[in-house]
Amino acid sequence: MALVRVNPYILGLSKLLREIIILKKYVAAFPVMHEWALAEGVISTAQKYAKDNGLTKVTEVIVMIGELQQVEHEIIEFALDQLRTPFMKDTKFVIKSKAAKFKCRKCSHEWNFKTGKLSEDVSEAIHFVPEMAHVYIKCPNCGSPDFDVPEGRGVWLQSIKGIKE
Amino acid sequence: MSDPRLIIIPERFKNVKNIIAVSSGKGGVGKSMISVSLTLALRDKGYSVGLLDLDFTSPSTHLILGVQGLYPTEEKGITPPITDGIHYMSIVHYSLDNPTPLRGADQSDAIIELLAITRWETLDYLIIDMPPGLGDATLDMLRLIPRINFLVVSTPSVLAFESVKKLLTLLIEQGIPIKGVIENMVLTTSIYIKQEVEKMNLTYLTAIYFDNELEAAIGYPNKLISTQFHNRIVEISGKI
Ligand SMILES: Nc1ncnc2c1ncn2[C@@H]1O[C@H](COP(=O)(O)OP(=O)(O)OP(=O)(O)O)[C@@H](O)[C@H]1O
Ligand SMILES: [Mg+2]
Ligand SMILES: [Zn+2]
Repeated sequence: MALVRVNPYILGLSKLLREIIILKKYVAAFPVMHEWALAEGVISTAQKYAKDNGLTKVTEVIVMIGELQQVEHEIIEFALDQLRTPFMKDTKFVIKSKAAKFKCRKCSHEWNFKTGKLSEDVSEAIHFVPEMAHVYIKCPNCGSPDFDVPEGRGVWLQSIKGIKE
Repeated sequence: MSDPRLIIIPERFKNVKNIIAVSSGKGGVGKSMISVSLTLALRDKGYSVGLLDLDFTSPSTHLILGVQGLYPTEEKGITPPITDGIHYMSIVHYSLDNPTPLRGADQSDAIIELLAITRWETLDYLIIDMPPGLGDATLDMLRLIPRINFLVVSTPSVLAFESVKKLLTLLIEQGIPIKGVIENMVLTTSIYIKQEVEKMNLTYLTAIYFDNELEAAIGYPNKLISTQFHNRIVEISGKI
């Protein structure tokens, strides 16, 4: 059964560009990545929380990463490390994954995320905008694109620990 | 706990001087055509311009621009590709021409994701082509985009204006600046819309007549800029 529909167009024309991006991804420096943008969000949010709650130091931040987006842990960790503010000089960043789950709204079928079945292009679209899953993935039982992702979408902060004066 | 994307969104727009959402309570009134035409008009005045298509279920600005196969580059986030001198972002870069069946909450999530990772260069104007109505995209713009302005489109129809009035009322209540109202697809001149708009103490920008040449200009920005339709937009582009 075909779970995934891939437009052949993107496989052709943008292949060169894509290969360059992939090359960047695995060979060149980390900070060019899209993960950087997500890490900035994490740092700013932690910073604001620390300020709002009168923390003088942030000791630990737990960041959850949903499997659906296939964010690279090392890159997020690298970016977080680079983006540390004075508040977060010694902060331990803990990165945890959450498996992605799907539940069909039409037939109630539940299934897990299998990256192996997705083409590079589809993975990449979902990597940038996880909702693109609804464009390229269908319920394996009934073929509907109308499913829920109850777990494992996006990047979010689970907890922040720190010291108050 | 917290969604780390929300706090970073205003940061992403910090290099953009003017943000204008082209919106309407009603569908099919010409928002997308006006968005593209306005972007081209401002470009031709020498401004640096961006165009963001937020109509995720039926994006159309790429069709009006006649572009295909654009792909953002990745640089500490993503950078919109440039076409016809326009920094251009649309979900079609990722969804291609496939159907995008998104429920409201998913649509909102997709918008937030895109706004959080897209880095706009220094721009004089960013034009946003909005989906019709007062749904998720509109509410998210009000919630997330600092300094947003609205340009509202109506047709001469009482039915269109009834929906438009609701959008205008919401914007006024929320203290969102409104650049003015454009009356589009006018067949016979009437003062009804102008009067209604002025009753609300808002600016009636212009009437754009129904333009038989317009359909043939879809996909060809160079043709579009020589239409009557575009001339009208050029005239008002100085006022916003
Ligand atoms: N002044 C005009 N004269 C002739 N045709 C027009 C005019 N304005 C818009 N149109 C046509 O009307 C149709 C709808 O326009 P457009 O797609 O820009 O509307 P929209 O408000 O963006 O629609 P939607 O709500 O679906 O996003 C298009 O085919 C467009 O070419
Ligand atoms: Mg439109
Ligand atoms: Zn199903």
